[in-house]
Amino acid sequence: MKRQTLIKAEEVFFRVIMFLSSMIIAATLFLIIFSIFYKGLPSLSWDMVSQTPKGGFYFGKEGGILNAIVGSIYLAGGSTLLSLAIGLPLALFLNINIVSKKRLVNAIRFFLDLLWGIPSIVYGAFGFTLMIYLGLKTSLLAGIITVTLFILPIMVRAMDEVIKTIPIGLLEASYSLGSTKSETAYRIFFRQTIPGIVTAILLSFGRAIGDAASVLFTTGYTDHMPTSLTQPTATLPLAIFFQLSVPIREVQNRAYASAAILVFIILIISILSRIFARKFQKNQIK
Amino acid sequence: MQQDTKIEVKNLNLYIGKQHILKDINVSIPSNKITVIMGPSGCGKTTLLKSLNRLTDLYPEMKVTGMILIDGEDVFHPIEDITMIRQKMGLLSQRPYPLPMNIQKNVAYGLRISGRKRRKGIDKRVERYLQMVGLWDEVKDRLKDPASTLSIGQQQRLCLARGLAVDPQIILADEPTSALDPLSSQIIEQKFVELKEHYTIVVVTHILRQAKRIADNIVFMYLGEVIEQGPADEVLNNPQEEKTKAYLKGGLY
Ligand SMILES: Nc1ncnc2c1ncn2[C@@H]1O[C@H](COP(=O)(O)OP(=O)(O)O)[C@@H](O)[C@H]1O
Ligand SMILES: [Mg+2]
Repeated sequence: MKRQTLIKAEEVFFRVIMFLSSMIIAATLFLIIFSIFYKGLPSLSWDMVSQTPKGGFYFGKEGGILNAIVGSIYLAGGSTLLSLAIGLPLALFLNINIVSKKRLVNAIRFFLDLLWGIPSIVYGAFGFTLMIYLGLKTSLLAGIITVTLFILPIMVRAMDEVIKTIPIGLLEASYSLGSTKSETAYRIFFRQTIPGIVTAILLSFGRAIGDAASVLFTTGYTDHMPTSLTQPTATLPLAIFFQLSVPIREVQNRAYASAAILVFIILIISILSRIFARKFQKNQIK
Repeated sequence: MQQDTKIEVKNLNLYIGKQHILKDINVSIPSNKITVIMGPSGCGKTTLLKSLNRLTDLYPEMKVTGMILIDGEDVFHPIEDITMIRQKMGLLSQRPYPLPMNIQKNVAYGLRISGRKRRKGIDKRVERYLQMVGLWDEVKDRLKDPASTLSIGQQQRLCLARGLAVDPQIILADEPTSALDPLSSQIIEQKFVELKEHYTIVVVTHILRQAKRIADNIVFMYLGEVIEQGPADEVLNNPQEEKTKAYLKGGLY
C-alpha cells in the first residue's frame, strides 16, 4: 500500500515537471513569435519585401530589405547545398565504409561534436583569416564558405544520428544481394533516412540563415542586390542588427518586420520539406 | 554415393575475441538439395551461414581461418569481386528486411543489381518472380505500395522474390520462418521444396519437425562443432553420435 502511494506520487511529480517544461517551451516560442509579429507586422509592407534600401532608409525613409532577403537566401541556400554535398557522403561513409572501425568513427563523432560547440563568431573570425589568406574580399562566396564550415558539423552529426539507427539486418540484406558499398549508401540507406536527412538539412539551413556572427566579417554589407559570388551582400540578421541599432522607433520596428520575414522564410522551408519528407516516410522500414 | 558438391567448407574456424565460435568446421553441401543446419540456439548456425557469403566482413571482431569453396572458388580469396560471389547466394534472414521502397522496386532492385534491368519487359520479370514465391495474386493491385505495408509473412516472400531476381544459384535461409505465422511458414517451406530443382538450398533451423519435413541432407551442430552430417534419413533415423541421438530425443539443449 505504501509503495503504491509512492509510485503514484512519483508519477504525479514527473507529470508536473513534464507539463511545466512543455509550457515553458511553448510559452517562449509563443512570446518570441508574438513580440516579433506584434512589433513588426505594422511596419511590414509590400515595399519592405520588394525594394532595396533607398537613400535615408536607415533614417526611416523609403525602401525595403529585398537585398538582404535575397542575400540571405543565396547565402543559406548556397552553404546548405555545399554542406549537403560534403556532409551526406561523409555521414554515409562513417556509417557504411568505416563503421567497423569503431574507434575511428567515435573519434570523428567526438571531433564533429566539438566543432558543433564552437560559437559562430569564432567561425566568423576564422573565415576572415581564411579570406585574407586566399586573397578574397568580403563577398557572398566568403560568406558561403564560412557558413558552410559552421553548419557542416551540425549537418553531418544530425544525419549521422539517423543513419546509425538503421538496423544491421538491412545492411546485411543489402550486401547479400550483392550491393556495393555505394549502392548500399545511396540506394538504400539514403532512402531509408530521407526524413531524417531532411530534418538535418532544415536544421542547418535555419542556423545558416539566422546567424549574424559568422557573416559579420565575411559577407560585408551593401544596399545593392547581390549579383555575383564575388560581390558583398546584405543578409537578414545583419539587416536586423543595423536597423535595431538605429535610435529611431520607425526603423527599429522595421527590424522586427525583418525578423518576421526571417521567421516566415524558415516556416515556409520547414513546411515544404515536411511535405517532401512525408512522401518518403511511408517507405521506411521499421 | 557421390554427389555434386556446391559448397565445401574446409577447416573453418571463427573466433570472436578469445571465444572460439566455430570449431574446425568441415561441411559439404550438395547441389540441388535442401541442406538443413540444425542444432540448439547459440551453437553457431547463424555465424556459419553468414560465413558462407562473407557477411562476417561486417563484424570486425570476427576472425576467420580456413576455406569456403563455392564451385571450387574460395570466398575468402576470390578471383571475382566479393559482391559477385554474394550474388550467387540469396539470403533470407530471421526477420525480413525489405528495402525502403515500393513492392515492385524491391524485386526490380534484385534485377538491377545483377545487371539485368533492361527497361523492356521489367514488369514481366518482376511478375515472374512474384509468381514464383506465390505473392503475385496478393500484391498485383498494390505494386506501388511500400513494402513495409505487407504482412511479415508476405515481406519474407518478397525478400525471397528479390533474392531470386538476382539470379543466384544458392539460397541461404536463417530460421526463415521463425517470425512467421504457421500458414506463411508452410508456404515458405513448400517454396523451398519447389525451388530445389534449380537451386542449392541451405536452411538453418532449430525446429526439429521443420528439418524432418524438408531436409534432404542434415548438418547437426552443437557448441560450435559439427557433430554429424549426411543424408537426412540416415542422420534422423540412424544417428551415429550420442549427441545427435540426445538432440533428436529432445534431451539436448
Ligand atoms: N557479433 C557477435 N559478438 C559476440 N558474440 C557473438 C556475435 N555473434 C554471435 N556471437 C556468439 O556466437 C555464438 C553463436 O551464435 P549464433 O551463430 O548466432 O548461434 P545460432 O544461430 O546457432 O543460435 C553465440 O554464443 C553468440 O553469443
Ligand atoms: Mg541464429
